[in-house]
Amino acid sequence: MALQSLDITRRSATTTPPPGQRETLEVVKLIDVSKCIGCKACQVACMEWNDTRDVVGTNHGVLDNPPDLTENSWTVMRYSEVETERGLEWLIRKDGCMHCGDPGCLKACPAPGAIVQYSNGIVDFHEENCIGCGYCITGCPFDIPRLSKKDGKVYKCTLCSDRVAAGLEPACVKTCPTGAIVFGSREDMLGHADERIEDLKSRGYAKAGLYDGTGVGGTHVMYVLQHADRPELYNGLAKDPSISPMVALWKGIAKPLASYAVALGILGAIIHYVTKGPNEVSEENENEFKDEQ
Amino acid sequence: MSSKMNNDPKKLLRYTPSERANHWLTAMCFILTALTGLSLYHPFFYPLSLWFGGGVWTRILHPFFGAAIVLFFGVMYARFRQHNVMNEADWEWVRRARELVNSDDRNMPEAGKFNGGQKLVFWLTAACILLLLLSGIVIWRVYFSFLFPIGLIRFAAVIHAISATLLIALIAFHIYAAVWTKESLSAMVYGRVRRAWAKQHHPLWFRRMTGEGK
Repeated sequence: MALQSLDITRRSATTTPPPGQRETLEVVKLIDVSKCIGCKACQVACMEWNDTRDVVGTNHGVLDNPPDLTENSWTVMRYSEVETERGLEWLIRKDGCMHCGDPGCLKACPAPGAIVQYSNGIVDFHEENCIGCGYCITGCPFDIPRLSKKDGKVYKCTLCSDRVAAGLEPACVKTCPTGAIVFGSREDMLGHADERIEDLKSRGYAKAGLYDGTGVGGTHVMYVLQHADRPELYNGLAKDPSISPMVALWKGIAKPLASYAVALGILGAIIHYVTKGPNEVSEENENEFKDEQ
Repeated sequence: MSSKMNNDPKKLLRYTPSERANHWLTAMCFILTALTGLSLYHPFFYPLSLWFGGGVWTRILHPFFGAAIVLFFGVMYARFRQHNVMNEADWEWVRRARELVNSDDRNMPEAGKFNGGQKLVFWLTAACILLLLLSGIVIWRVYFSFLFPIGLIRFAAVIHAISATLLIALIAFHIYAAVWTKESLSAMVYGRVRRAWAKQHHPLWFRRMTGEGK
């Protein structure tokens, strides 16, 4: 193992257990939307640490810049102006990979080892194994991975797996000036979220709550939302994220079923040939055209 | 088999040289597409991608092999379509196919150039290739996927997998039928068949070709 602190629980397109003897601490990045001031320092820190540079875009009337995630921008601030019972609210959500417990990207990936899930919960793309088919984009319930036009590989947030392996927090967490992004063990983060939700409730956000993606096996990036009953307010955050039944069918039951069915058919043909014999011209017809031989 | 024998005028011409070339080009493209497709379908088959220069090359080549099938099969479709129209006798043939499989051909209806089973394989193959083409375009990430909504891409991935499985099963069946029915493989390789063979397996076609029994 290159990095012992990054033992693997799941490995794409692999049917045998990946190396996972060691039990590492499960981590969570908690994003408190109510504390975010939309400064985009996390976007900058992300590019800084990961050595990516997005192109300078154009003003398209809103603060979202770039307007969407790209192969260079692994995190993007989404600004939503919404009317709630409290009047006009400005909800700013830091978008990026949620590091699902049951990752749709990993399920869909056909390249062995191109996507792995470490035992600490981080879902990481190993681009050197990526074949560029884009199945992960098809499988992702959050529309996160982006295909690079430069090298035909797919990129997304790594939760700074390289930093975490060395005992550091992700770059976005390190830089956040308001403490809206925090990082630590799952247990600690859940405790911190509880405190934050209690505080928000005392300030009149009756529906404040935690967004942790139970439908995708629990995410390792979680949000504290002021309006947890309406996640769609936050730039269309999925209410009940789950792997699409289409993807489950395609990469679940269909894969082995189709393979066995075809194998069984071939076996059947061999058995048929050796039990029934070939379909040959009858003696009668052979005799009729004896002159032909 | 010597070329003299193949040009024996007593033998019946079943497939012209251009039809044969067309068939085998389609067949080769099918093998290439199936092998690359399987390696992307199940990890068990992933090592097949090494024959094509690795996973990335396999991903790049697969849709082009598929497009070649569409091209070559398209020509074959236009050529053989009229010969494959199902009539009542063909459906009766299909209903009695079980008897033939059990080596009892006494009650089989007389087949023309193609029997009911061959015709059915022809139409099912055409249908699968059409589905594979349409769904394949939707999931061809580099050039086309950005044109379609994610729900359609997911649906197309399922359709692609199902129709590919069906097609592989159909072609496996087609190959077995050709191996099981002696001399039919050489008909597609060399073009001509013995009259005894024609009368045995395709009596209606035999009579049309020889002018017998009219």
